[in-house]
Amino acid sequence: MIQFNHVKKIYESNLTHALHDISFVIEDGEFVFLVGPSGSGKSTIIKLITAEERMTSGGILVGDYDLAKLRKRKVPYLRRTLGIVFQDFRLIENRTVRGNLEFAMRVVGSPNKVIKERIPYVLDLVGLSEKADCYPNEISGGEQQRVAIARALVNNPKTIIADEPTGNLDPERSYELMCLLEKINQLGTTMLVVTHERDLVNCFNKRVISIDKGLVTSDMENGLYDYETI
Amino acid sequence: MRRFNFGYYIKEGFHGAGSHGFMTFAAITIMASCLVIMGSFVLLAMNLEHNLNALMAENEFLAYVDDSYTDEEGAQLGAQIGAIENVASYRYITREEALADYVGEVEDDSLYADLPASVLRGRFSIQVTDISQLPDTISQVRAVEGIAKISAALDVANGFVTLRNVTVVIALIMVVVLVVVSFFIISNAIKLATSGREGEIAIMKMVGATNAFVRWPFVVEGILLGLGSAILATLVQWGVYQLLMQAVNVYSHVQLINIIHFEDLVLPLMVCFGSIGLIVGVLGSLITIRKFLRV
Repeated sequence: MIQFNHVKKIYESNLTHALHDISFVIEDGEFVFLVGPSGSGKSTIIKLITAEERMTSGGILVGDYDLAKLRKRKVPYLRRTLGIVFQDFRLIENRTVRGNLEFAMRVVGSPNKVIKERIPYVLDLVGLSEKADCYPNEISGGEQQRVAIARALVNNPKTIIADEPTGNLDPERSYELMCLLEKINQLGTTMLVVTHERDLVNCFNKRVISIDKGLVTSDMENGLYDYETI
Repeated sequence: MRRFNFGYYIKEGFHGAGSHGFMTFAAITIMASCLVIMGSFVLLAMNLEHNLNALMAENEFLAYVDDSYTDEEGAQLGAQIGAIENVASYRYITREEALADYVGEVEDDSLYADLPASVLRGRFSIQVTDISQLPDTISQVRAVEGIAKISAALDVANGFVTLRNVTVVIALIMVVVLVVVSFFIISNAIKLATSGREGEIAIMKMVGATNAFVRWPFVVEGILLGLGSAILATLVQWGVYQLLMQAVNVYSHVQLINIIHFEDLVLPLMVCFGSIGLIVGVLGSLITIRKFLRV
């Protein structure tokens, strides 16, 4: 579960009021799109959830973690409950597909036996079993993003947060990727997808939280992307 | 540290050093160069001190036995002189020997042909272990009953001590300066070797790596760089030293300069290079990645 309770965020470096008063609850197992124009505060919400930034006031709960009280040394353990997918994939270039996944499992201290069993399963789930030994620069953008999803998934997180996951993909690959995220969600993982892709949002009939100027402007089940500007 | 992670850190350290080959090569070369320059100064100082000690060992003083003692009685004082701590060796010179030495030194020895040996005193020629303690040793010898007079070139002894002290101080200053300079050069070299890894570290942090997990492979990499540099520096130092030894032996026909064999120096040198390499390698890595960990 992710719960925002009257969250306010001001960046001290330039005194930007990124979030004014944000409140929402995402229950376990939900699939939620977070939409809004550029500069609306979507990325700030992601940064607050991953504890990359600290809120100015209000309260945030992510699973069992109360982020207002979260100590710095506990941040890695919070992040292990989340799988994060970025628009620019952020794969380690000098490691193979398998190496990138293995690395994410080493980080959480998984034993060799578990690593050997889990990686083929996850690669199969994202349809990349054949590419296990390729390096990121040897596969397409769509495949790289699927590796990023596999990496986010490999430690069996409760929640996957995808920040503009289709931003660098063509429409067909974007649709395939969103289908993959939906499939993962159906297996029980909570999914929070930040996106600009109007057609995709409208196509999947999921809950949509709209943000504008640091405020929640709408929060609807089976919602639509209702912004004209991107 | 979890047990199954230990092997992983070692593997990652090698992987990190290997995957940034040129930077690793640059860091090792720079660090080894600094170590060789530093090592050269230390070896030079050690050889200077070795030669000075050899020269000082030849410095001796004379202790004259009282007139009333016969040569047999005088020679018996040797036991007491030999028991003095700083006395390295002593030799009793009889009156006859003293006269022969004296006559042998003058040009016209016929003048002394009839001179009886009894006009001279029996004496001890004494060499000391540590020339800086010569005044104390002289006092102790003088206190031996039957010793009438001491003849010692204290000025020369003091000169040697001063020269040795100056050499040691200059060498120490040079080593300290070079250690400080090397540390900056080497930590920059390690910065080079670990530069461009911010992205990698940021990804590690985002997938939930603790600071320790991120840090350990870099520490292992620092250890590898340090040890690699120490081994390279020892080999280069050995080669340079052998060349210098040959040059000194060729140009110094009279064996005035006595060079210490490299085999006698290699172990302390390796320990010294290894320790400096390890400390600088590990510290350099830790300082470099510290700023990347704030993600």
